Amino acid sequence: MSSAQIEIQLIASLVAIACAIPGTFLVLRKMAMISDAISHSILPGIVIGFFITQDLNSPLLILLAALTGILTVVLVEYIQKTGLVKEDTAIGLVFPALFSIGVIMIAKNANDVHLDVDAVLLGELAFAPFDRLMVSGIDVGPKSLWIIGAILIITIGLLFAFFKELKVSTFDVGLAASLGFSPVVIHYGLMTVSSITTVGAFDAVGAILVVALMIAPAATAYLLTNELKRMLIYAICFGVFSAISGYWVAHWLDASIAGSITTMLGLLFLAVYLFAPSRGVIAVLYREKQQRTEVSLLTFLLHLKNHTEVRERHVNHLNEHINWQKVRSKTVLNLALKNNMIQLDNNIVSLTEKGEDFTSQAIDYIITNEDGKIEHMKDDFFLFRG
Amino acid sequence: MDITEYIKLVFTDYTLRTITLGTAILGAVTGMLGSFAVLRKQSLLGDAISHAALPGIAIAFLLTGAKDSNTLLLGALVSGLLGTFWIRGIISKTHLKSDTALGLILSLFFGFGMLLLTFIQKQPNANQAGLDKYLFGQAATLLESDVWMMSIVTGICLFVLLLFWKEFKILLFDADYTKTLGFNTKFIDVLITSFIVLAIVLGLQTVGVVLMSAMLLAPAAAARQWTNSLSVMVFLAAIFGAFSGVFGTAISATQNNLSTGPVIVIVASVFVLFSFIFSPSRGLLFKQIRFIKNRRDLQLHKTLAFMYNIVESHENISHPHAIKILNNFQGYTKSTLQKLVSKNYVTLDGGMWSLTEEGFQAASNLYNQQNDNNE
Repeated sequence: MSSAQIEIQLIASLVAIACAIPGTFLVLRKMAMISDAISHSILPGIVIGFFITQDLNSPLLILLAALTGILTVVLVEYIQKTGLVKEDTAIGLVFPALFSIGVIMIAKNANDVHLDVDAVLLGELAFAPFDRLMVSGIDVGPKSLWIIGAILIITIGLLFAFFKELKVSTFDVGLAASLGFSPVVIHYGLMTVSSITTVGAFDAVGAILVVALMIAPAATAYLLTNELKRMLIYAICFGVFSAISGYWVAHWLDASIAGSITTMLGLLFLAVYLFAPSRGVIAVLYREKQQRTEVSLLTFLLHLKNHTEVRERHVNHLNEHINWQKVRSKTVLNLALKNNMIQLDNNIVSLTEKGEDFTSQAIDYIITNEDGKIEHMKDDFFLFRG
Repeated sequence: MDITEYIKLVFTDYTLRTITLGTAILGAVTGMLGSFAVLRKQSLLGDAISHAALPGIAIAFLLTGAKDSNTLLLGALVSGLLGTFWIRGIISKTHLKSDTALGLILSLFFGFGMLLLTFIQKQPNANQAGLDKYLFGQAATLLESDVWMMSIVTGICLFVLLLFWKEFKILLFDADYTKTLGFNTKFIDVLITSFIVLAIVLGLQTVGVVLMSAMLLAPAAAARQWTNSLSVMVFLAAIFGAFSGVFGTAISATQNNLSTGPVIVIVASVFVLFSFIFSPSRGLLFKQIRFIKNRRDLQLHKTLAFMYNIVESHENISHPHAIKILNNFQGYTKSTLQKLVSKNYVTLDGGMWSLTEEGFQAASNLYNQQNDNNE
C-alpha cells in the first residue's frame, strides 16, 4: 500500500464515522430525507463561498454552505407550518429549487469558476491526497483529512457532551422539554452538525453519497439492535467496513470510490435486511408463517372441543370441513401431537387434558380480548418456542 | 431577441420546436401524475425513484451496448420499479420508517449507478459518451422520436387515468372504504405507482435524475392551492407543468450557458411561490388579510359588548355617556367608533356616545349568535 492509498482509506473511514453519528439520530428521528435535502441545497452556499474564497477547502466556505443547509431546514419547517402542503412535499419543493439556483450560478460563471457540478455531487476521493496542507512550508497531510478530522472531533465532543439530551429528546420530546432541555435547540444543533458534516464530506465522497453514509449504516444497525449506544457503534463499524472494502473494490474495478463504497453499504444492508435475526425479512416471513399455523391450530382445537361426535373428529374430516389443504392440516396435526394437545386413536382425534385446558383458556382470551391472558398462555403452552 | 421573433423561431426551428414540445408534454404528464403523488403523501417517492433509475440506465447500456434512448429508459423503468417495490418491502416488513427507506434506496441505488457509470467510462468503447446527460438532463438532445414517445405515453396515461378515474379517486381519499367495496386496491395501487415511475423515467433525459422530483411535485403543489377538487387539480397541474416547460425552455434558449432542467425547475418553483402567496382561499396573503379583518371584527364586538354592559344598568338605553369611560378599555379606536356609528349602533354627540335601540339589540344578541354559529 502506498501512503496515498492509506490516506484515502483514512479519509474515507473518518467520513464514514463522522456521517454515522448524526445519521443514527436522523434515522431515529424520522428525518432521514432532510439529510438528502441538505446535501442538495448546500450547492448555492458552496458556489457563493467559492466566489468569495476561491478555495473549496476554506473554513468560511464550509460555514456558508452549512448556513444554506440550515436555511433549508428553516424553509421546510416554515412551509410546513403554513399548512399549505405536507412536510414531505415541502422538502421536495425546497431542495430542487435551491439546487437549481446553484447549478445556474455555476453555469453563468462557468468561465471564471473552476467548479464542476459533477464534482460537488459525486466528489473524487482519489484526488484528495494531492491537495496538501502546508504549515510554514512543511507538509502535514492532505487538507481534507484535516477538515474531516476536525469535524469528527467536534461531532464526537458534542455527542459525549450532549448524549443524554440527544437521547431523551429523540425518544420523548415532551419529557425532554419538561426536563428543561430545549428540543428546539437540540434539533437545530443536530441540523447544524449534519450540515457541517455534509459540507465537509462533499469533496471527498460527494453530496449525494454523504446521504448514503448517513442513512445506510444507521438503518442497517437499527435492524440489528434496539439500544442507542449499540446502534451507534454498529453504525460506525458498518460505515468504516464499507469505506475500506469499498476502496479496494474501486481499486479492483477502476471505478468511482464513492460509488463502490455506497455499493458495499447497499450489499451490507441487503444482507442484514434479509438475514437479520428476528427483524430480517426471512425471519419476519418465518414468524408470520408460524403465527398462521398457531392460529390454525387454535381453530382446529376449538373445532374438536365443539364436537363430540366421532364423525366430526375423523382426520379426513379436517380436509373437508375446515377446508385446509392437505399439507397445512398435516402440519397442524403434527404440531398438536407434538405438544400433547391431542391423541390419535384409529384416525379419530380427541383432545387430551392439556388440550382441553388450553382450549378453554383460549376461549377465555377470545371472549375477553385482554392481552394479559394470552401472555401467560404463551408461557404455559409454548408451541414453537419450546 | 424579442418575443415575437422567439415565437416565430419556435415554429420554424427544428431543435427549438422539439424541445419546447417535449418539455411541455413532459410538464403536463408529470403534473397530472404528480397530483396523485402529492395527495398520496408520496412526494419524496419521486426523488427516490428518479435516483433509483440510474443503475438501470447503466445496466441497459452494459447489456446492449446501444445508446438508443428507448432501451435505456426501459432499463431505468425496471430499476425504478425495483426500487419502488423494495421501498415498500422495507416499510412493510421491517420497523424502518418510510423516510429511512426512501433515503436508503435513493442513495444506495444512485451510488451503485455511479459505480457502473464510472466503470463504463473506463471501458474501451467510444460509444459510452453522453450517458452522464441523465444526471442533469439535456433537453437539447431530445429528438422528434423522443417527443413522439412522450406523447404516446402521455396518451396512455390519460386513457388509463380516465378509465380508472373513479378507482384512483376513491383509493386516494379512503383506502379502507375502497377495500370494503370490493375493489382490488393492490392492483390500483400498483397501477398508479407504476405510472408515476413511468412519468419520472420519461423526464430523465430532459431534466435529469437529480431534479426530476421537482417536476413531479411543483406543478401539483401549486395546483393544490387553487382548488379542492381532484379533477380541477389534475387539470391545473398539467397546465402549470406544461407552462413551466415552455417558459423554462424559452428562458434557457435565449440565454447563454443555461441548461434547461434547472431553469424549468426554477420556473415551476416560481409558480408554487406565487400560488402559496396569492391563492384566494389558501394563500398566505389572503389568509393574513382575513386574519386582520377577523381581529378588527372581534375588537368591534368587544367595544359593543362593553358599551352594552354599561348601558344595561340604565333605564334609558340611549342615555349618553362620555367617550372617556371607554378609555380604561383597550379595544376601541376612533375608527371602530366610526364603524359602529356607520352601522347605526351608536350615535355620537361631541364627547358623548349613546347606544341606539338597534345597537342594543345587536349587542344583546352578540353572544347568542355566536353560540348559534358554533352549533
